[in-house]
Formats: sequence, structure tokens, C-alpha cells
Amino acid sequence: MRWTKWTLAALVACGLAAAPVTAQQAPSVPQARFVVVLDAAHGGDETGGRLTNGQYEKTFTLALTMRLRSLLGARGIQVVTTRESDAAVEPEKRAEIANHAAAQACLSLHGSESGSGVHLFVSSLAPAQPVRFPAWKTAQGAWVARSLKLAGVVNSALLQAGMSTTLSRTTLPAVDSMTCPAVAVEIAPERSTLHETTAGLGDPDYQARVATALAAALVEWRTEARQP
Amino acid sequence: MIPRYQKILFGILLVASVAMGVTLWHLRQRAHERLIAGQDSAPTSAPQIAPSERATLLVANDSDGSLLTQFLSLPLPADPGARARAVLGKLLDLYAAPDAAHPVPGGASSVTQVFLLPAVEIGSGAATPAKPKLADSRAVVILSGESSARPSGALSQQFGPQLAVVNLTGSFAASHPSGIETEMLTVLSICGTLHANLPRVTEVRFLVDGAQRATLAGHADLTRTYLAADAMPAEEIRP
Repeated sequence: MRWTKWTLAALVACGLAAAPVTAQQAPSVPQARFVVVLDAAHGGDETGGRLTNGQYEKTFTLALTMRLRSLLGARGIQVVTTRESDAAVEPEKRAEIANHAAAQACLSLHGSESGSGVHLFVSSLAPAQPVRFPAWKTAQGAWVARSLKLAGVVNSALLQAGMSTTLSRTTLPAVDSMTCPAVAVEIAPERSTLHETTAGLGDPDYQARVATALAAALVEWRTEARQP
Repeated sequence: MIPRYQKILFGILLVASVAMGVTLWHLRQRAHERLIAGQDSAPTSAPQIAPSERATLLVANDSDGSLLTQFLSLPLPADPGARARAVLGKLLDLYAAPDAAHPVPGGASSVTQVFLLPAVEIGSGAATPAKPKLADSRAVVILSGESSARPSGALSQQFGPQLAVVNLTGSFAASHPSGIETEMLTVLSICGTLHANLPRVTEVRFLVDGAQRATLAGHADLTRTYLAADAMPAEEIRP
């Protein structure tokens, strides 16, 4: 039929015309999605430590998480949080959220009045080969090498921001079950060499400096992750 | 006038009273001697002052997150369990001191008991299904090396590696400062101190008031078995 021929010809013509445009719009190399999981430790009845300003650790970690989420969002990084209110979240649930997000970085945020500066912890599990069905409690084993690299990037960013840091290994149930590069970040007050507190955990300026340094570290981590 | 028979009766009663008194005193002495003899044959030994020995303590320092080795001269009992409790008591006394570098209230009374058990049966049994491998390869080598050369049966109990079960008080856990670093330092210093003074202790588990507890003060995992050698400074780990 004549109308069918004309319709087909019009469709082919449209397709030929549209093809170069589509090719121009599509990126040559698709950008991989970059997701960060922020785990505000404690919550609900599980208050965590009591800070000197009377605040509970759970409140401090939630405030820091919200601040860091805003900074990362402004830099175009997708953020998944394990809690956004004063709710109790079991360690297993935290790991579950992180694992479902298939994140490129997971930070578990803590606060403590002991020590000084920022303490970074990576799981003490031995590095293991990735397997299809890892054991729940030792799932982080396959990611320990990446976690150590992430801890190195975070450490550099904090040092560049003029903060003192320590880097250690530990066993935290939530972190040990995460299948992503995971670092536990414990923020302690900033102290002078004479052990006098120069910036407490309740100091908004100190919180902002820590959050900015962590955001810079994650931007750097994204850059490294996108390099071929 | 007192009749003669009453005088004689009085005299007899007096002599009988004195004789009964002497007999009673004699019986009391014999009973006392029997009691002392019975105490001597009891299985418990009389308390004695233990000689002072050099004890090695791994003392935590919050300022730099380190464990420093300290040597002290302490009277240590011969029994390994009592010895372990004595060194841990001294360690926690240091933490309870006002100027401690790692302040933790409680002191020596925070350690209720230390049980020493063969590590083979307990460490690999159902009690620790989720025992993680630790990152320190040296510690893993020590354990695997000891297991390959481990004697069996009664010899294993006499010379094999041991698991120390440290029973802490609930008040110690409740008053412990909260934080990943401070809790890990307490746990590692206890593990390291036990291993330094009792080298057969290769694994450590913790109880609080006789029961398992999830964390010390919200962070350090108390459900797992810690390898004691992990806490030791590198130069003190046996090759």
C-alpha cells in the first residue's frame, strides 16, 4: 500500500536524522555511580558515650553525619545513611543497608572523649579473596585491602587539614560485615601537646573542619576510583 | 553444830568439783589439740608470703594510642590462675590511679576470676563459631605452628596453648569510658599482659559478671576470641 511505504520512508528518514544527535548526546565512557554510606553510630536506647558537654555520642554522630551528607551532596556524591533520626539500628541492619547500596566507600562515624584528634580504624580481619557468598561476620575480609587504601586517603586529608590522626585496626560487628571499603572514624577532642583541650566535640567549628576534611577525602577517593 | 556426816559430804563434793574441773580442762585441751591436728591435715595450705618476681605489664596510653611495656616487681602466687589475676589486678590498679595515662575506674577488684583452659577444645569448638582470623600474620603463624606441634591428651593440658577466660565485674564495664580506641586499648593491654606473664596463654575471652556481653562499653567486641599475641610489641613475638 502506498501510505505504508510513505510511512516507512518517513520513519527511516527520521531515524537517520536522529542518529547523529543521539550519538553526540551519549557519553563516550559512562560514568560509574559513586555512592557513599554514612553510618551514624549508636542511636535510640543505645546512647554511646557521654561527652563533656552533656551530649550523647549518638547525637554527635547524627549531627556530623547530616553535616557531611550536605557537603557530599553539594559535591555531587550520592549518600546513603543508616539512620537519619534518633532510632536504634542493629549492627546487622547497618551492614545490610551498606551492602544493598553497593557503595564505593562506607564511613562509620563515632565520637569519644578519650585520646585526641581523629582515630581511624580498619577491620582487623585478615585480607581474603572475594567469594560469591562470603560469611556474614567476616565479609569485610575481601575488602580490607581497599579499606586500608581508603583509610590512607582519609588520613592524608585530615593531616592536610591540620588534624592529628591515629590509624589502627579493630573489630566492629557492623564494619566486619560490610562489603565495601569501610573505615570507622572516631573523633576525639583536639588537644595541645600539654593535653589541654583546644577544640571539643561540641565545637561547631571543629565539627565543620572534620566534616570538610572527610568530604575532601571522599572526593579524592572518587577521583581515584574513576581513574582507569 | 554441823554434823560430822555433813562435813564428810561437803568434803566429798568439793573434791568431786575440783576433779570435774580438772577433767573438763583436760578434755578441752585435748579437743583443742585435735582441732589443730585436723587443720594441719586439711588440703588447703597455710597462707604464706609469695616471693617478689618481675612482672611485665602492657600499659595503655590514651594520648598516642600505644601500649608501653612496664616491668614491676610483684609478689606473684605460683598458681597460674591466681598469678594471672594478680598481674591483671596490678594493671587495673594503674588505670585507676588519679594520674593514669589510660584512666579507667575500678582497680584490682574489677577482675573477679581468670580461668585457664586448654585452647584446643574451647578455641575451636562451638563456643566460638564466628572466631575471625586476625590481620596480624605473625600471630596466625604462631597459632598454626603451635597447633601442628601440639601434644595430645594430658600432655596438651600440661604444655599446650591455653585460653584465658577473664571474668570482669559489671561495674567495671559500666564505668569504662566509651570509645573504640580506649576500649580496644583496655582489651589489648589485658591480652598482652596475660601473654607476657603466662606465655602459654595464646587466646583470651571475656565475661562480665560470669555472662557473655556484646561490647565492653559500646564498641570493643567481647563476643570474640582475641589472640593474645596481637597485643604484643613486634620484638616480643616469638618467631
